[in-house]
Amino acid sequence: MEQKTKIVAENGKQELMITREFDLPVELLFKAYAEAELLSEWMGTKVLKLESKPHGGYELETSDAQGNVLFRANGVIHEFVPNQKITRTFEMENTGLPVQLEYLEFEKITENASRLKMQVVYKSLEVREQILKMPFAYGINMAHDRLQDIVNKLK
Amino acid sequence: MNLRRDVFQALADPTRRLILVLVASQAMTAGAIAANFETSRPTVSKHLQILTECELLQQEQKGREIYYCLNPEKIKEVADFIEPFRKLWDERFDKLENVMKNYKSSNN
Repeated sequence: MEQKTKIVAENGKQELMITREFDLPVELLFKAYAEAELLSEWMGTKVLKLESKPHGGYELETSDAQGNVLFRANGVIHEFVPNQKITRTFEMENTGLPVQLEYLEFEKITENASRLKMQVVYKSLEVREQILKMPFAYGINMAHDRLQDIVNKLK
Repeated sequence: MNLRRDVFQALADPTRRLILVLVASQAMTAGAIAANFETSRPTVSKHLQILTECELLQQEQKGREIYYCLNPEKIKEVADFIEPFRKLWDERFDKLENVMKNYKSSNN
């Protein structure tokens, strides 16, 4: 089966290229990034602030069922061109990880299909390797937390 | 397919990752591996069993002793750290697609 999401990590380059094609018009794909409510829904995190405009900013926060903050992130939006591109920074708080720069390009393929290209630039090669290894360390824990929440709701 | 997920779960445990690092330099018996950890011998045996089942480790019989060593083929296969990261994004983007398809139909 062909992979819908492709990630290229070129040797010796401190960046990642993430590409994905969607069965969605480009306007809807863009909207998923531009509106707080929609972003919150698919990212699975609370959106405390989202100013979709040049020189705007955003803040994300995820808490567990007990209200403990598990994840906080923020960034600044540099470029915001509807249905075309977003350039922004991304910082995961309290992780010691440096800020990363993200270039998001939205492309129309057909009336009902679109492509997202996301170029992520890290402070160094080492940081890129660290980020790539994180799903090992955190992904599984997060899945467990989610499972725990679902189980708690069943009680 | 399930097996592959098992490999990543096997690797998610810090003790098991340390075991792989230990045997990377030389084949070792279960006893020699256990001597590096404070955890009990049965716990280490369990870790070795999991690593062997998902083929990250191979057993070699030498005389009366069983030695554990890395299975380079399997290690190479999963050394590609991008795969779990890619999966994370793939799931996230699937969610985006679903959310927006629902949004589209509810706004038509």
